[in-house]
Amino acid sequence: MNAHLQPTGSAYFLTQETQQTERHTLSVLVDNEPGILARVVGLFSARGYNIESLTVSETEHGRRLSRITVVVIATPKTLVQIKLQLERLVPVHRVHDLTAEGNYVERELALIKVKGTGDHRAETLRLADAFRAHIIDATVESFVFEVTGKPDKIDSFIALMTPLGLVEVVRTGLAAIGRGAEGM
Amino acid sequence: MAEKMTGAEMVIQALADQGVEHIFGYPGGAALPIYDAMFQQDFVQHILVRHEQGATHMAEGYARSTGKPGVVLVTSGPGATNAVTGLTDALMDSIPLVCITAQVPTTLIGTDGFQECDTVGITRSCTKHNYLVKDIKDLPRVLHEAFHIATTGRPGPVVVDIPKDIQFAVGEYYKPESETLRHASYRPRVDGDVKAIEAAVDLMLKAERPIFYTGGGVINAGPEASENLRELAELTGFPVTSTLMGLGAFPASNPQWMGMLGMHGTYEANLAMHDCDVMINIGARFDDRITGRVDAFSPNSRKIHVDIDPSSINKIVRVDIPIVGDCNRVLEEMIRIWRSKTNQPRTEAIAPWWKQIETWRAVGSLNFKNSDTVIKPQWAIQRLYEATKKQQKDVFITTEVGQHQMWAAQHFHFDKPNRWMTSGGLGTMGYGLPAAVGVQVAHPDALVIDIAGEASVQMTMQELSTAVQYRLPIKIFILNNERMGMVRQWQDLLHGSRYAHSYSESLPDFVKLAEAYGGKGIRCENPAELDAAIAEMLDYDGPVLFDVIVEKDENCLPMIPSGKPHNEIILPDTANIGSIIDEKGRALV
Repeated sequence: MNAHLQPTGSAYFLTQETQQTERHTLSVLVDNEPGILARVVGLFSARGYNIESLTVSETEHGRRLSRITVVVIATPKTLVQIKLQLERLVPVHRVHDLTAEGNYVERELALIKVKGTGDHRAETLRLADAFRAHIIDATVESFVFEVTGKPDKIDSFIALMTPLGLVEVVRTGLAAIGRGAEGM
Repeated sequence: MAEKMTGAEMVIQALADQGVEHIFGYPGGAALPIYDAMFQQDFVQHILVRHEQGATHMAEGYARSTGKPGVVLVTSGPGATNAVTGLTDALMDSIPLVCITAQVPTTLIGTDGFQECDTVGITRSCTKHNYLVKDIKDLPRVLHEAFHIATTGRPGPVVVDIPKDIQFAVGEYYKPESETLRHASYRPRVDGDVKAIEAAVDLMLKAERPIFYTGGGVINAGPEASENLRELAELTGFPVTSTLMGLGAFPASNPQWMGMLGMHGTYEANLAMHDCDVMINIGARFDDRITGRVDAFSPNSRKIHVDIDPSSINKIVRVDIPIVGDCNRVLEEMIRIWRSKTNQPRTEAIAPWWKQIETWRAVGSLNFKNSDTVIKPQWAIQRLYEATKKQQKDVFITTEVGQHQMWAAQHFHFDKPNRWMTSGGLGTMGYGLPAAVGVQVAHPDALVIDIAGEASVQMTMQELSTAVQYRLPIKIFILNNERMGMVRQWQDLLHGSRYAHSYSESLPDFVKLAEAYGGKGIRCENPAELDAAIAEMLDYDGPVLFDVIVEKDENCLPMIPSGKPHNEIILPDTANIGSIIDEKGRALV
């Protein structure tokens, strides 16, 4: 155990975590029933786990299954607890720690609105092309781009757009899936 | 196969098909169709409570003492919110409950209707699972599934919220069948990994300072698990200690019994936990009242942990051999594997360990200075225990929460499982009286005693009226020190004896109160009269409120103070507990 006692001014034997936190992507297969998202999110808030990103949508309509992709930042010990606690939920079928299992791909989609005219507009288009962003709406003074990729690619595109007239951004959160022929 | 009936009738039929004989409830607008359906049948007997919290604790007492699920029926809104404390209590202590809550009609949901509340939202975090039934087609499946989920795996409370229009709707009911219960995602693991069990037995076979640390999981695994624990203890010759929740799984009269461990556990149990080389945790969860300082918890032992809930393993304390499975099945396997390797207990190898334990035992950590002028609470419990031993009846004990609870755990001894009902995890004051009612409903001929404090008992006092209504002869044994004794003790320990609101300036006359409810009241303050007064209580055929006036400032010892490891336990001869905890420890509970 690496926990030790700290005089925190709070109740109980509080322990200070000395383990380093890690960022992990979990894939959670659940029954698509009312309240399932509240159950999962409630578990995170009740037990004090941090959610970085959460994506949920029905993936198998016939079997009424949804896939939740959740990115968490936690110590290795807490990561194990998060997985086990999720598995305790009755409508949860399986939980995979994709980061721990190693071999997976992840993507995120962002819609990015940029306002500008003249040189800025031309530079915006040039960069968008370099990032393979699609124009999905345009006016004489603005664009809405659709860009897909790993979160850090989207981060850099947003950083480049900021001085060029970035208005607003909406991101879907991460979707992730294991590589190879095997399913979850 | 399928039979047409209303949702309300389905509820009653499902209860009957699940073998439910008693339910604890309180009617209200949204629940009326179910009550009407109940009125027209004889199988399920309804116990009318005085407050929904009482219903949940009764169901807990009922469940804990029988091994069957406890069933609660309440109305929407306040009916459901009042049940929350008992649901949380059942979740913390892994008690199987099915709580049926009525809801406003589906068309009114979300409109802030009269007596509407978001029951599934409110109870999501205090149940093992919950359901809002919005379609009559789902109702039979949900009802049967609720029982399945409540009673299997790690047991717990399940809420089924049924809107009033669904209670009136007509649909097809079907009986519980394994087919309908083959749940897609809920599959608790019950058989432990044989390789892990073998590794555990190998470790046990080499142990020189072993200890069994058992918990509520052994009780939950059924009476056979307790039998198997006894057998394994006999086969190995190892000492056995238990958490508060596990008392009774191993007989207190057995010489291998060490007493309870933890914050108010015995010196020998805690020191043995600290110094052991192999710890065999069966159905306990390394609760913070057990471990004390986690980094100083049993520093030199290899740990085996048997638990049906995978998330209990490595949650608090890192263990060497985790075994996920039902305690009974794992115990059976351990016995089988042990037998296949040897026929001898490790008597010789662990003789020095037992010798060490005997020196700790000789300290007499549960001793107290008795008095012939004032009744000592510990002595009162000892006298009660002696008196009940002479009874022909089966004896069941419930408690409230606080000093009296710990004294009961220390000084009342149990030789059988399911005889001890207490609120361990949540620590719910007000648990004991209604729990006693629930136990007495399940065991009408037994002697059921709530060992209480005068503060706790007032939290659910009104359920005495329920006991009177159903002629349930529960005995409420109040250790009255006119204080919230445990709070007062902590204020002595940590807050310079500044007694902020921890004493009772206005107490009811419990004798008159008992009479007002239609029960019997007895008061005793003279040690010389205690035995006779206890006999009078036990002889009375009806509910008794027994007010024992005890020493006001007695401390509950031994005690592992906050911020200290097990081997720095405070023993009873310590005069001034106020000087024991340092600045660092004061911040902790």
